[in-house]
Order: sequence, then C-alpha cells, then structure tokens
Amino acid sequence: MTNSADEPVGPRPTIFVEKQTYRMRRIMDAARLVPLLGVVFFAIPLLWPTDPEMRITTSRTILYLFGVWVVLILVTMRLSHVLRSLPPADRSTDRGGAL
Amino acid sequence: MAKKVLLIEDEPNIIEAISFILSRDGWQVDTHSNGHDAADVVRKKGPDVLILDVMLPGRSGYDILRDLRSGGGTETLPILMLTARGQGKDREMAEKYGANRFMTKPFANSEVLEAVRNLVGV
Amino acid sequence: MGALNALIAVCLSYVALLFLVAFFAERSAMRGRGGWLRSPIVYTLSLSIYCTAWTFYGAVGYAARSGLEYLTIYIGPSLVMVGWWWILRKLVRIGRSQRITSVADLISSRFGKSNLLAVCVTILAVISATPYIALQLQSVTLSFAVFAEAGGGGQSLYTGESTALWVAMGLSLFTVVFGTRNLDANERHHGVVMAIAVEAVVKLFALLAVGAFVVWGISGGVSETLSRIDASQLGQWQVNGGRWAGLIMLSAAAFLCLPRMFQVLVVENDDEGHLRTASWAFPLYVMLMSLFVVPIAVMGLDLLPEGSNPDLFVLTVPLSQGQQGLAMLSFLGGFSSATSMVIVAAIALSTMVSNHIVMPIFLRVTGGGASVSGDVRHVVLLSRRVSITGVVMLGYIYYRLTGGGEALASIGLVSFAGVAQVLPAMLGGIFWRGATRLGALAGLSVGFVIWLYALFLPSFGPGFILSEAALLNGPFGIDWLQPQALFGIAGLDPLVHALLWSMMLNSVAFFTVSVMTFPSPLERLQGAQFVNVFQHSGGPRSWSGGVAQSEDLMIMAQRILGAAEARALFQREATRQGVRGDLPEPSPDFLESLERELSGSVGGATAHAMVGQIVGGMSVSVEDLMAVADETAQMMEYSNRLEAQSREVTRTARQLREANSKLTRLSVQKDAFLSQISHELRTPMTSIRAFSEILRDSDGLSGDELNKYASIIHDEALRLTRLLDDLLDLSVLENGQVNLNLRHGQLGDLLDRSVAAAAASDDGRALRLTRDAATEALSLHTDLDRLSQVFINLIANARKYCDADQPTLDIRVTDHGDLLWVDFVDNGSGISTDAQDVIFEKFARIGEPRVGGAGLGLAISRQIMQRLGGEITYLRGESGAAFRVSLPRPAMAAQ
Repeated sequence: MTNSADEPVGPRPTIFVEKQTYRMRRIMDAARLVPLLGVVFFAIPLLWPTDPEMRITTSRTILYLFGVWVVLILVTMRLSHVLRSLPPADRSTDRGGAL
Repeated sequence: MAKKVLLIEDEPNIIEAISFILSRDGWQVDTHSNGHDAADVVRKKGPDVLILDVMLPGRSGYDILRDLRSGGGTETLPILMLTARGQGKDREMAEKYGANRFMTKPFANSEVLEAVRNLVGV
Repeated sequence: MGALNALIAVCLSYVALLFLVAFFAERSAMRGRGGWLRSPIVYTLSLSIYCTAWTFYGAVGYAARSGLEYLTIYIGPSLVMVGWWWILRKLVRIGRSQRITSVADLISSRFGKSNLLAVCVTILAVISATPYIALQLQSVTLSFAVFAEAGGGGQSLYTGESTALWVAMGLSLFTVVFGTRNLDANERHHGVVMAIAVEAVVKLFALLAVGAFVVWGISGGVSETLSRIDASQLGQWQVNGGRWAGLIMLSAAAFLCLPRMFQVLVVENDDEGHLRTASWAFPLYVMLMSLFVVPIAVMGLDLLPEGSNPDLFVLTVPLSQGQQGLAMLSFLGGFSSATSMVIVAAIALSTMVSNHIVMPIFLRVTGGGASVSGDVRHVVLLSRRVSITGVVMLGYIYYRLTGGGEALASIGLVSFAGVAQVLPAMLGGIFWRGATRLGALAGLSVGFVIWLYALFLPSFGPGFILSEAALLNGPFGIDWLQPQALFGIAGLDPLVHALLWSMMLNSVAFFTVSVMTFPSPLERLQGAQFVNVFQHSGGPRSWSGGVAQSEDLMIMAQRILGAAEARALFQREATRQGVRGDLPEPSPDFLESLERELSGSVGGATAHAMVGQIVGGMSVSVEDLMAVADETAQMMEYSNRLEAQSREVTRTARQLREANSKLTRLSVQKDAFLSQISHELRTPMTSIRAFSEILRDSDGLSGDELNKYASIIHDEALRLTRLLDDLLDLSVLENGQVNLNLRHGQLGDLLDRSVAAAAASDDGRALRLTRDAATEALSLHTDLDRLSQVFINLIANARKYCDADQPTLDIRVTDHGDLLWVDFVDNGSGISTDAQDVIFEKFARIGEPRVGGAGLGLAISRQIMQRLGGEITYLRGESGAAFRVSLPRPAMAAQ
C-alpha cells in the first residue's frame, strides 16, 4: 500500500468518496458526543466545595456556566454546518441512534 | 359389432393408455380432447359408454355432464367420470349431476376396464 | 390612569399588529409566495414558546429566591437541541413520514394505533397544561395590576377577573381564526407561526433591553454588576445538587414531551434541515433569555422595598426608575410570552382532544363510522374550534377557582413533571422495537398516578383532597404511603422525590410489562417503521386492495379532505400508476399513503379504522392470518364483556362476521391450492401407473411400443420431479429461508448464460433475440443464479407461448440510476387483460396446458425478485407479452 499515491488514477475513484464518507461518519459521532460533554460540564459545579468558607462566587459561576454554553453553541454550529453538506442518501443510510 | 367408447380427456399420455387398454379388450375407442364442443360430439357419435375427465380446457366436466343429463338423448348414457383432484367434494358433485361411476386418478388399468364393462352390462 | 390607558392602547395595537402579521403570512402562504415563511430562523423563533410568561417574569423571581437554579430550566432544552442527532432528528423524521399530529398521536400510532393510549396521553396533557395556562392568564393580570397601581389607586374597573377573561377570549378568537383555517392539522399554520416568531423577537428584545438598562444604565458596567452580584444575598454558589441534576433532566424531558413543544418542533416543521440551524440557534436564544436574569434579580432586591414580588421585577425595576417606555416594552414581552404559549398549547391540545376524544365519540354516536354519507369536515373543524375554546376556558376557570394565588407559582415545574411521564413511552417507542402497547399503558398509568399523588395534589397545599394528616403521616396512617416520602424515604426535596419515584417506576413498569407481553401484528409493524425510520423506504405492506372499492375510498376521502383535494390526490395516484381515468387501483402503497393523508386530519387510529372498514380484505400471509386471529380473539372478549348492551353486540357481531368471512375466503384459497397441487401430481402419476401396468400385464408388445411406453414413463417421471422441485423452491422462497449467494457479475454475461440455458431445453420453438450489448455493460452485485433463473423462465416462456410466425424476443435494458430495468418483450399477441392479473399466481397457466411446466415459473420469479429487493411486473401497452424485471440500486455494483 506504500506506493498507492504514485499509481495513476484508475477507473474507480472510490477511495476519495470513501474517505469523505468516513469523515462524515466521524462528524456524526461528534454530533452525538456534544450533549454528553454538555451534561458533564454542566454537572461539574456540583463538585465545587459546599463549605461556606470556600464557596465559589456567583459571578465566577455565571462566567463558567455561560462560557460552557457558548462553547457548546459554537461547536454545534460548526458541526451542523458540516453536516449540511451531507448528501441526502448518506444521511438516510445512517442508522440513527446506534453508535 | 364392437361396442363404442368415447373418451374425453386432455392429457395425451392418458388418452394413449386408456385407448390401448380398451382396444385390447375389443372396444372401439373414439377420443376427443376439448371441453367446448364435447357435448355435441357425444350426441353426434352416440357411444355406448362415455369416459369424461373433470378438468378440461374450455369447459368443466361437470358442466358437460349436466348438459348431457338435461336432454338430447343422452339422459341415460352410462358415464364414467375421471378426476385428478381427488377430494370428497368432487365425488359428491359427480353423483349429484348424475355420473354412473366416479374414479380418481391414478387408477389401475383393470379397474377402468371392469368399470366400463359393468356400465354396459357385458 | 393615563399610563393605564396608554397601556391598553399599546396592548390593543400590539394585538392588532399580531392579527395583521398572521393574516398576511397566511395570505402569502396561500398565494405560494411564502418561501420566507419557511426559513430556519422562523422555525427557531417559533420554538421560543418554550419561554412562557413563567420564564419571562418567573425566571427573575426564581433567581431572587434560589440563585442560579433557574438556569436548569434552560440548560435542559439546550442539551436536547445540541443533541439533536440523537432524538429530535428521529422524532422529526417519524413525525413527517407518519404524518403525526400530536404527542398523543405519536404514542398511539407507535403502539398499534391504539386510541386508548391516545386518550390517556391527552388527559394527562390537559391536566398538566390547564394550570399552566392559568399561570399565563395570571401573569398578564398581575402585570396589568402593576401598571394600574403605578397609574394611581382606585382602579376597580380593571379587576383581575375581567382582564383574565378578556385575554382568554381574545386568545381563543385568535387561535380559532388562525389555528383552524385548514382542516389538516399536519399542514403548517403559517399565520400562527409567524405571529409567534414576531412575539419571540419582542420578548427577547424586551428582556435584553431591561437587562442592558440594569447593567449599563443603573450599575454602570459589567464588572460593577458582577461585584454587585457577589455582594448580594445571591453572592455564592449554593445549589441543591439533586435539584440541579433533576431539574436539568426534567426540563429536557418536558421539552420533548410538552404538547406545545411537540407542535412547533415536529408538527409545524417544514424541513428537516431547519433542525440543523435550530440546534445551535435555539440554545443561543435561551442563553440570551437567561443572560440578564441574575443582574435584574439582584438589582430588584437592592432597589425595591422589602417584600416586593420578585416575579414582577422585570416590570417594577424600570418603573421604579421612571422608565415608563421600557416598562411598557417589558410588559409587551411578558404579554407576548403568555399569549404565544396559550395559542400554541391550545392548538396542540385541541388537536389531541378533537382527534382522540371528540371524533371517535362522534363517529360512534352517528353509528356508521366511515360509511355515513355527507361531509364530516365541518364536524372536525367545529370540534377543533370548540376544543380550543374549551382548553383556554378551562385555564380561565382554573385560574378563577384557585384565586390565582401563590399555589400557581410552583405549578410550572409540577406541570413539567406531569408531561415528562410520556418520555419513557416516547423514547422506548422510537428506539426499542420490543416496546408494547400494554407496556406503554402500564408505564404511563403508574407514572401518572404517582405524579398525581406525590406532586400534583400536594401542590395545592393540605386540605385539597389530601388532608393535612394524610400529607404528614400517609393516608389512614400508613407510614410508607406518605405522599412526599414514599416507601419511607424522607428528607428529599418534594419535587425531586416525586420525579425520582414517578419516572423510575414508570420506566420499570413500561419495561417489565413490555417484556412480558406480546405485541399485536400492527404494533410490530408500526414499531419497525418507527424504530427503523431511517432505513424504511416503502414500508411493509399493511393493506391489500383485493376487495377494496376505489370509489368508496374516494367518497370517504372527499368527506375528510374536501372534494377538490381528494380528487387531486386520487388523480395524482392514478397518473402515477398509469391508470386511465380518475380512480387508481387500491394498491397497498396507495392505501397506506391515503391512510397517512387522512391521519393528518383525524388522527392515526381513526384513519386506520376508516380505511380498514372499507378495504376489509387482507392478503394471504402468516402475518395477516395472525392479525385476523388476533382481531377475532379481541372481538370475542369484547362481545362477552358487553353482552348486556345490545347495540354494541350488534356492532361486534358484524365485525365478527367480517372476520369470519375473511377466514372463509382464506380457507377457500387454501382448498383451491391443494386441489391444484393434487391435480398436478396425479396427472403424471396416472400415465406412469397406466403404462407400467401395460408393460407388466400385456403380452406381445412390439419393440417400438415397448420403447415408446417406457419413454412416456420416463418423461412423466421427469415432469413429476420438475414439479416437486418447483414446489420446494417456491416454498423455500415463500418462507424466506433462502440464503442469497451474492456475487459480482456482468449483466451481459448473465443474459448470455440465461439465453443459452433456455435454448438448451427442447420445449417450444426457435426464438430470434434482439439485444443491445452496449446497454448491457453493467456490473451487478446480487444473487446471480437466482436472477438468471428469472431470466431463463422469461425467455423459455417466450419460446413456449409466443404465437407469432417468426417469434422474436426483444431484451431491453434501461439504467435509471437507482433502478435497473430489464424488459422482455415478444412480438406475439400478448396476454389478455383478464389474464394479466393472475399470471403471477401459482398454477396460473394460460391457454394450452400442453406445453409443459406446472404454471409455477412466474410465481417463483416473483418470489425471487422480492427476495432480491426488486420486482417483476407485466408491462401493459406493449403489443406482445412484455415483462419488466426491476432491480434496485443496492443490487447493482457501486461504481
């Protein structure tokens, strides 16, 4: 397989398509992962100290929570933009739900 | 003079077999293989015995039977019905429409011969 | 006084503006110029009805009382939206492909179109939505009162009741006018959606304006605001962990299950692509909605006198600073939040009430079901309008009865917990094929009862149905039944406690009962369509149109869809089928799509019943036999139970008769088949026996005769073998036990081989073939042997039956991209129209039976093509006999 790049392009340009499909699959995986990350990050404040002396101030909490929120929105925006270019046929063959 | 049998049947091999059996016994065998005009053929030829298959192209054997029994000089013609369907229902139909004998395929050659002989009282 | 008059004037002009917006949106949609109405932004904005007055005003109050906990209400839905690839995408696809009209319809359709389930979900939804609607009316009333106070005392004219009543009536009117313009609940309400989008902008703008005023106008900047927050009583992160996690989960669940959210998310969805935009835009919207909540709350606590209602800070903070205009804007924001929620909730609930409660009762009372003459469209519309008014008025009555007191404030989350009970059945239904109707019913009932007992009733405080003693010590002193400490687990937050038990036992009941019960065939069919929504293309057959009368279907469809639309639908289908005239063949595909079309108007269960009543017939398959048996068993049970009621009994008896006649028809078909087999087997056996007896018993046969008779026996034995082979082949194919041996190959080679094999047999006459090698240069990936079996059969048939002087067979290949057609057309006189319907049936031999073969060839070919995912059809309109073999894309090799 080492010299495959040097070979002339044959009658079957499927390798390129395969690669793209592969990449799309991974982007779908990423789209599935986003909410799970969200759950984890939004749950982190539960681990913060409850000791009255060491409590985190509300302003920092606000910055943290809204920061997570903005990051989630940006990531989703990016992913949904990439998924937009997915050909319809590919979208329908996805098993939806299964990892 | 030899007695006449008319055989109405559509399978060539079966026609051949029955003709062979009956001719060897001294019968004069006529055959016909279409249901459409079977009743007319029977009336024209005036056989002593009729062997009638049930599943015929064009017209069912029961129809022909009913037609023959309804008039035209064939009301009392001895008729042997043959069928390959072999359900109790078929025997009832045959009896109801006035067949004298009813036999299910496959049959023993001697049975057919016996039945034809009995029907004309030989 | 002046302020109040101005407020009323602004309010009325705002309402007039909304009417106008809705009206023009509706008009341009009707003229087909509504492209901009269907943009993803409008879709996203319409989702904002999630933010009701409870969140517009209440979020600040919530923050003033419990700090950052209010964020959970927005984080939950945000997570659902960013996770659209998991659930929403599937939900929207199912909703669109099955023409789902509501949450109740979704659950009912999934579980075998059970109306009982639909009724349960509807009742649950109405019970939990009513207090919520009351809450919206209360918020408008309260905000009015704030202005009345600000405008000077003695405003007895504008008492809460009259305001609430006016608002309720106005909302009913708006919803009736724009929510029931068209009968098809599945069609988009462009006017309503557009008005809601405008309201969404108004409320976001209002809240941002108040927030900006507080941060930059009063505090003097972001850092000042942050330090002010830290200095206030909300200054430290102190959130109850259980509530934090529980509420995120609860709001996420409610976001999926709330009837009004389902309405905008799924039913009003025009394009699945919009979901992609909404997946980030909606979280952005709610994030902005919650951005300034804490600053406003802190400022209100700082500026306003002790004991002011924090729920109204959004209004009272600008008022206290003399900002009348800003307060007015904020009032409009709150007004928008309240009205848009009530409008959509009323549409969603009325669809459910009308489709699953009113219409079934109406159809039953009027007796004949689908066979009554006359147009029922006005009945459906009327029932929907009455339901809308009923739902809104129910909210008003609730508001009056509870006096609009403190009890309402907490009802938001209680209501969320109520609708969340639908979640297990919903998710189970779309992801798990094993979920059954009884499971869903069990889960829903268990969840509903626990919610009612542990959360809803106690939310009214002691003395309402549950006495104080019962609340504290359990009913009749049974300790472990204490509503707020079930099974002796005390000390939990009441909401988390109720949520935990109701959802847990709900899911357990749903799962356990699903595992233990067996779904009906229809349930399994629907389950497969829902769970595999991304794979299913045509969907399994459910109807067979053998007995259906297109005309009856047409009459029924006209009554539901309206004459023009029904005619257009039938015409379209007739054209698609290539049938001349207006009436298409009642093919299974058509019946299924018709049923879906109807379900947009009257709900899945009713539509199924209506089509079923007319079609009646089923094709002969094990599954259908099961369905008939299942139906019969159910009806027997039914009739035993209702023996006393003679009318019911007559009805049941009729259905039993129908089921019986179905079974009789099936039995007749089976008899005919057996009798055919008997005939085909006995005929060659007769020759064999007769000639073997001749050979045995006859003396003096000539050598020729011996030879001839022996070869007759031989030929007939071969014929018998061939017949048995065919029968076994067919039986294997029909039972689906056949293993496909998929290989790559060239279509041209395959045809060459098939032609050679067909020519090798000595049946029939010589045949001239015309082929085009260029079109045949296609590679295939399929079971080549089976496909060639089909080709051989078709070529051999042409040899046997083509009656032209010089028989010629034309083999044409057409590549349609996703479909490959191989047509076999001969130049004979073709097959008569009558015979065309039966040639693919077993033993359907046409014309001379002499030419060999038992009449199983085409039946086998049809089965093979089904297994290969394609089909074989008779082509009408050619001069000779013409067959088309269609192979789908997957059977062709990828390029």
